[in-house]
Amino acid sequence: MRGVDLDVMAGEKLGIVGESGSGKSLTVLSVLRLLPDPPVRLLGGSITYAGQDLAAMDEKQLASVRGKEIAMVYQDPMSSLNPLLRVSTQIIETMSAHGVPKDTARRRCREVLHQVGMADPDRVAVAFPHELSGGMLQRVMIAMAVAVSPRVLIADEPTTALDVTIQRQILDLVEALHETSGMAVVWVTHDLGVVAQFVDRVLVMYAGRIVERASTAQLFSRPAHPYTKALIGTLPRDGAAHRSALVQIGGQPPDPARLGQGCPFRDRCPIAVDRCAHEEPPLLPAGEDSVAACWRVEG
Amino acid sequence: MSGDIVLQATAVEKEYPARGGPAVRALRGVTLQVERASTLGVVGESGCGKSTLARLMVGLETPTRGRIEVMGHALEPGRALARQIQLVFQDPFSSLNPRITVAKALQEVLVVHRLGSTRTQRQSRVDELLGLVALSPRYRDRYPHELSGGQAQRVAIARALAVEPKILVLDEPTSALDVSVRAEILNLLVRLQDQLDLSYVFISHDLAMVRHVSDVIAVMYLGEVVEHGPYGEVLDAPCHPYTRALAAAIPVPDPTRRADPSALEVSGRPDAAREPLGGATGCPYLGRCPDAEAVCAEQHPALRPIEPDHTVACHVALRAPRRAPRGPLVERAPS
Repeated sequence: MRGVDLDVMAGEKLGIVGESGSGKSLTVLSVLRLLPDPPVRLLGGSITYAGQDLAAMDEKQLASVRGKEIAMVYQDPMSSLNPLLRVSTQIIETMSAHGVPKDTARRRCREVLHQVGMADPDRVAVAFPHELSGGMLQRVMIAMAVAVSPRVLIADEPTTALDVTIQRQILDLVEALHETSGMAVVWVTHDLGVVAQFVDRVLVMYAGRIVERASTAQLFSRPAHPYTKALIGTLPRDGAAHRSALVQIGGQPPDPARLGQGCPFRDRCPIAVDRCAHEEPPLLPAGEDSVAACWRVEG
Repeated sequence: MSGDIVLQATAVEKEYPARGGPAVRALRGVTLQVERASTLGVVGESGCGKSTLARLMVGLETPTRGRIEVMGHALEPGRALARQIQLVFQDPFSSLNPRITVAKALQEVLVVHRLGSTRTQRQSRVDELLGLVALSPRYRDRYPHELSGGQAQRVAIARALAVEPKILVLDEPTSALDVSVRAEILNLLVRLQDQLDLSYVFISHDLAMVRHVSDVIAVMYLGEVVEHGPYGEVLDAPCHPYTRALAAAIPVPDPTRRADPSALEVSGRPDAAREPLGGATGCPYLGRCPDAEAVCAEQHPALRPIEPDHTVACHVALRAPRRAPRGPLVERAPS
């Protein structure tokens, strides 16, 4: 990962989109400094939350921000929950860790389970994780994340493993929580559909860099970076004739260990010029609400 | 549409014994056919029986009741006929042996099926197969871990093609791949179909992909086909409330349109109980359906035509056909 600037504004919905290995999960994990050091090293830069520098905090200070102010929901709920504890125990424990008194926590537990759309919150509360389906577990994770009313919810591909109707219920649920509480939401995803429907602003990542930052409308109507253009072009969209050839990107993402100088996309880029091999492009203005890391963008 | 039927499933049922209870009915009276050089898309959520159907079609398992015929002959395990129909799995890495090279994996198939009598013949056939899936001969000596996901899936497809099948059953062939690679595999499959006159059964939960490659689409719910017809009709003007919900649930990669909120009305989950909520008599979708009426609890809806080529298993849709074709999407009001 190199030179990633990520800013989330209060109450906004941000999407971070990229393919596997593009660094999108690393980016959000490093925001909360959840990566083990070594092997992962924060080499520079700052992480600021509400004016405080998270990169400079000690573990104790950090713990008060993690979960309480910025909560996270991961792809695999089974590996984030303790299989030996009842759902309610885990939700109440999380709240107590952030200083919520026990009886308030108990009441709030029932409330959030109801809030995430559980038809029978009391039954779910006493259940063990293995007794619940994937969709229900993901709701439990969201309940746990929102129990302490965080200001930011980071969702790292939380719907990937779920069926489409269940995935939709989770997406709509987070959308509803965003609307009622005003918490900011960061969706980390590879799904351009989620981006188009559920966020206001998008960061596109490629080989550990942000290659485009734009409003959702701009990204789909006038994608600026050749990688974004190709990514949108690969989708079988309504306009594409039945069985017609879809856009192929060709080649493969570069090995992050062997990135030289120049633009990381140049080998797969249809419009690369000499300069792209020598100089890595910074984010340049590409339109009204967009910037793209490409020498060929026309502002 | 008319043409030779290469694959015919008739009233196929599959039951699995369950410990301490009645058998689980994974497929219930599935009747489907695939025409030569065409694609049948099968969509549905986990537990709908689409993977069971795939395994029955290639003869990995046998139906409890009903018949599957390939090229006009009943499918029996181990018969040479099984060669006519091959299966391609979702995850290419788990279907390739990590310890053998690409060339070896392909040669193995040729040896097992006694194709090519000499080593040289087999070697040139391997190169030919790699050419078919657009992999250069320099990949011959690679091991699976040296391949990208897209390349590994090409090898898996080449291996399926080694025995010159007439039909490929593709079980989520692009789901494990990155977005940028999916288009590559879809393009390859379309080209191979035209080049080799292949028929496909394309199983996926990705409706946009299925729509792009399929001629006919079957929507499955709890082991039954609930809607069947030409791709445009089934996905653009779905009649079954489940098809509508499924089509609306997928976030469309176009910020100017959004799902019709009325189409999204669906509750519960598909695999809540393997025994459908309508019990033995009613509609399997009863418990999740926003349109359900009294008759839906009493009578199992049969798959019946709503248009000449378009069938649907829904009492409500069949009684009031084509109120107004409602798509799963609506325009988004400019904000």
